[in-house]
Amino acid sequence: MKKWRQSLRLLPLFLAALALSGCGKEGVSALKPEGEVAKEQASLMLISLLIMIVVVLVVGFLFTYAMIKYRKRPGQEDYIPKQVEGNTKLELTWTIIPIILLCILAVPTISKTFALSDNNTSKKSDVLKIKVTGHQFWWEFEYPDQKITTAQDLYIPVGKKVEFDITSKDLIHAFWVPALGGKQDANPGQTNHLWLKADKEGTYKGRCAELCGSSHALMYFNVKAVSDKEFKHWVKDMKAGMKSAPDKDRVLTASAKQGEEVFKNNCMSCHAVGNKGGQIGPNLTNFADRDNIGGFEKHTKSEVKKWIKDPESIKPGAKMPKFGKKLTDDQINALADYLFTLSVKQ
Amino acid sequence: MSVNAESLMQPNQKNGLFSWLKTWLTTVDHKKIAVLYLFGGGLFFLIGGIEAMLIRLQLTAPENHFLTGSAYNQVLTMHGTTMIFFVAMPMIFAFMNAVVPLQIGARDVAFPFVNALGFWLFFLGGIILNLSWFLGGAPEAGWTAYAPLSTEYLGRGMDFYVLGLQVAGAGTLMGGINFLVTIINMRAPGMTFMRMPLFTWTAFVTSALILFAFPALTVGLFEIFFDRLFGGNFFNATNGGNSIIFEHIFWIFGHPEVYILILPSFGILSEVISTFSKKRLFGYHSMVFATILIGFLAFMVWVHHMFTVGLGPIANTIFALATMAIAVPTGIKIFNWIFTMWGGQIRFTTANLYAVSFIPTFVMGGVTGVMLAIPAADFQFQDSYFVVAHFHYVIVGGVILGLFAGLYYWWPKMFGRCLNETLGKINFWFFFIGFHVTFFPQHFLGLMGMPRRYFTYLPGEHLTTLNVVSSIGAIGMAIGVITLVVNIVYTFVKGEKAEGDAWGTGRTLEWSIPSPAPEYNFAQTPLVKGIDTYWKEKMDGNKKVTAAEPLGDVHMPSPSIMPFLMSISLTIVSFGFIFSDKGVHRTVSFAVAGIGIAMMLGCMLVRSIKDDSGFHIHKEEIIETEKGMSK
Repeated sequence: MKKWRQSLRLLPLFLAALALSGCGKEGVSALKPEGEVAKEQASLMLISLLIMIVVVLVVGFLFTYAMIKYRKRPGQEDYIPKQVEGNTKLELTWTIIPIILLCILAVPTISKTFALSDNNTSKKSDVLKIKVTGHQFWWEFEYPDQKITTAQDLYIPVGKKVEFDITSKDLIHAFWVPALGGKQDANPGQTNHLWLKADKEGTYKGRCAELCGSSHALMYFNVKAVSDKEFKHWVKDMKAGMKSAPDKDRVLTASAKQGEEVFKNNCMSCHAVGNKGGQIGPNLTNFADRDNIGGFEKHTKSEVKKWIKDPESIKPGAKMPKFGKKLTDDQINALADYLFTLSVKQ
Repeated sequence: MSVNAESLMQPNQKNGLFSWLKTWLTTVDHKKIAVLYLFGGGLFFLIGGIEAMLIRLQLTAPENHFLTGSAYNQVLTMHGTTMIFFVAMPMIFAFMNAVVPLQIGARDVAFPFVNALGFWLFFLGGIILNLSWFLGGAPEAGWTAYAPLSTEYLGRGMDFYVLGLQVAGAGTLMGGINFLVTIINMRAPGMTFMRMPLFTWTAFVTSALILFAFPALTVGLFEIFFDRLFGGNFFNATNGGNSIIFEHIFWIFGHPEVYILILPSFGILSEVISTFSKKRLFGYHSMVFATILIGFLAFMVWVHHMFTVGLGPIANTIFALATMAIAVPTGIKIFNWIFTMWGGQIRFTTANLYAVSFIPTFVMGGVTGVMLAIPAADFQFQDSYFVVAHFHYVIVGGVILGLFAGLYYWWPKMFGRCLNETLGKINFWFFFIGFHVTFFPQHFLGLMGMPRRYFTYLPGEHLTTLNVVSSIGAIGMAIGVITLVVNIVYTFVKGEKAEGDAWGTGRTLEWSIPSPAPEYNFAQTPLVKGIDTYWKEKMDGNKKVTAAEPLGDVHMPSPSIMPFLMSISLTIVSFGFIFSDKGVHRTVSFAVAGIGIAMMLGCMLVRSIKDDSGFHIHKEEIIETEKGMSK
């Protein structure tokens, strides 16, 4: 075949090099790993990719050579090629070499798989435990040792091993933070384990990776890796926030006060603020400190009002009922004002 | 009554539409059933293709509102389900029907009646599934239909999925058994197992895989069915069930299923490359061995679809090593194909273009397969677009390229006319380049953090460019497929008549008889003298293959409407169950299902009681037909 097809064979190599040199957005992409687990996984990908590129090149070369050299040329109509049955030596070669390559690949495969699954060797004081629960279509995070419950924004300290116990309240989800490491399924009635570590401060995008219904594509969360000091501070603030009932210690404007009433009458059967309220929806104790509405929309009052009026316009299939007709615009404005006072930052 | 362009395109002038319809509804001829499978699968291919285009259209821009939420999930589920069960499977059965009996020198399959029943069950299963679009929405749990999403969270669409697949799956299982028996029992004298053409070998191993894999699907679907209709709680964790069990059951079926799809394509490749290299297949014995080994390993690797489920590192690594092992027999095949071309005289017909382009494409899909087999790395790959890219490389770049090679290669044998080569080459280049442009970027999309089955992605995550490239590639593939449709229509109208040995370098028995094959296939059963027996005879200067019997009357099975009626009965049963809501309504729908079951039993009774010993085509008639046929 033509020459350019030969160069086409090299295209995957070129693109692969390009990709591994850093593709995608920081904090989102698995190709820009920011934690120990993700880095180990990226190096595994690289090792396997290199072996595989060798395979593709060898096959590609033989293939291209055969196609060009042995193509039919004009005037060869009567030529009958030699009918070769096989060749034991050659056949053994291409059986044994792949076996050797796979044995080489099997070593890091086995060791890394065990290393990354290893959960219980560290001392208890060295790790942070977090219980993750998947819901249609949001994430709940519980810090059992700190007695904190929150949702959507996950705070972790940089440089510390974080062990996740992952489960689901309804159906199968999968917990994935590509920049920090691989995913783990959240199965109903079962707890899975995963550990991650962030090397750098920053916000990492997390997402659901197992089809879980209409808004599977919108089940984002944020992982906020902060310094150890900042994390301790946050824990203290959250603990205070969790203990106090929502009406205490807050100076509210008139509108926010009205919003608080609306909240008590309409929202508290599902949402908790502090230690009061239902557990069906996300805990809103630090709502005002979060990055996004619903995990991905801008964190503004107008977005939250849109959400309250019709959650399904933002997340199809969301469980929260529409409040657009039940509440007046005034009440919704007041509610939004109130929600934006829910901060634990001091 | 051979299958040719005329009989396919227009009803017989004398008897009209009714007679034409009757021929096709009652046929038990493997060649006609092959045509039915081909066009049935082709119809669903166009539907599945449109669904694919809708998916690419939605993903062309971030936060696009064209197809969101439940609607997108319906389209993606139907795309996957249609392409696997109602395109790839029937296409494989089309070629198995058209070619296997001819390659082994048989006059039909072992059970012609069951063969027809298998087709009608597949076809009506597909119709049941697709009717969901008009009756309250399609299934939306992905082609994998994981519980409890499929059992507790979705509406009637899932019932269409369960019953449509159950009906079609029964047909597939029958087909598999039929071909096992055919290949074991109906080989011509001298056609030993180690002389069988490789396509027949792959059909044999695929049929064995069907026999062992499809019952797992049947069980899984029944459990979903009971969970949905009668509160079975197989998969309901709060009531003591376990949803992971379904994943195991599904993949115990699902992994062999993908080998069921790829093995016949391997077989087609072996035939096409060898024919157009004018050389016998290199390493025939190791090819057969590799095929069997792949079939065997198919059942030992299902957990690699479930590495992130939480089965622990021991289970994960065991299945990882088993998965990697598959690379060895697959590698053997790849090198054998290359060395079949080596030293040969390669002709680049459209069929061969598809066949050779399979090699690099499938190797790329294969190496990402080995990468996916590493559990620790798979935690990143799993359920991302990397997986989407991988399985499209092996299923489109593997199965479909192989099937298209077979389509161009055997079209003259099936219809008596060659597909147009110019249109064929346009078709090939658009499809092939379009394919790589569509799916190559998806490897990177996955690693950049885009999970599969996402109806949208956010702007500013660097995912837009590659998604746009991917959608542009899809247009190329669409143009390729449209050209194929044009080519088929053109060929029916103006195509060149094909000779018996349509490519001049045919090696196996199907090329020794006229194109299209007469109703009785072989006027005299051939005597097989070795591998590529027709080639051997040609090299010895013979025009015809040596016969194993004197010319005589040929016994044929009678056509029957029963397979069609039985399939209709099961369709009625399905609709009864699909519309069985709890309450008063339920009595009515169960009554409908009961009527369907009664009809089915009635058909079986009639079939059992009625004594039908078939008919004979007489010697004189055969001599007459043979004279009139192109050679």
